[in-house]
Amino acid sequence: MAYSDKVLDHYENPRNVGTLDKNDPNVGTGMVGAPACGDVMKLMIKVNDNGIIEDAKFKTYGCGSAIASSSLVTEWLKGRTIDEAYAIKNSEIAEELALPPVKIHCSVLAEDAIKAAVADIKAKQLAAKEAA
Amino acid sequence: MTQNYFELFALEAKFNIELQTLETNFRKIQAEVHPDRFVTAPAPEKIKFMHLATLANEAYQTLKHPATRAKYLLELQGISAISETNTAMPTDFLMQQMEWREVLENGIAEKEVDTLENLIQEIKVEVKSLQLQLIELFDVKKDFTSATDVTRKLIFMAKVSEDIKHAIERLD
Repeated sequence: MAYSDKVLDHYENPRNVGTLDKNDPNVGTGMVGAPACGDVMKLMIKVNDNGIIEDAKFKTYGCGSAIASSSLVTEWLKGRTIDEAYAIKNSEIAEELALPPVKIHCSVLAEDAIKAAVADIKAKQLAAKEAA
Repeated sequence: MTQNYFELFALEAKFNIELQTLETNFRKIQAEVHPDRFVTAPAPEKIKFMHLATLANEAYQTLKHPATRAKYLLELQGISAISETNTAMPTDFLMQQMEWREVLENGIAEKEVDTLENLIQEIKVEVKSLQLQLIELFDVKKDFTSATDVTRKLIFMAKVSEDIKHAIERLD
């Protein structure tokens, strides 16, 4: 299958590959997977005191579209609030990367990874508040 | 065709099936519908038997492999194990998957067939344990919700095993 130029660009030069310190109270981790294709995606976000995402890193095992989807969202996430991040829709990702219908699930994976990471940071913040 | 895949081979719809029976009954059907037997048959009959041959083949492949068998058992309950909108899996399971993918990637880069063979063995142990859980969940408890979670894991494992095997073949 032919990949779009944007997918190829992210696939060949993925942005923000790596990890953040998962024990940092300001870091949220989202891990999701797709059984059908065996894709695994880990997304980590670092949030400052104003609720703005300062840094985002990802690690994805999967096809080019899954890697491109996660690479793209790490770029989008920086500078956004966690609520703005939570509102990102898979259709926006699919549209930006011109994903064909059979690869839409890769963008679903990326959206769900963001939601999982935001949920994780919120749970951490809540736990910290209750402990204080 | 109202028969399900299990009925086609005179099997009970269970996870723990008798593979020998599956094999024997598949061969039987294959022999019955072999195209050579219908060379002179009228076209509609030929088509009918061709359909049956295709169906039997599909059914056999589905039931033979534990992951696809489990997935099919869930389909009979109206459950899709690999729905694309369901991406939630236990974190420790996904971490493990990621570790295996890393070992696989390094193994390919370093051309270490032994490492990959060991990985296959390690995964086999996990697969065995998931299969035992599925016998309990499908055949004893009929707990299809928990069976779905375990089936999703098994499908994941089948995919990673397949990728490792392909990598080994390419390195050999």
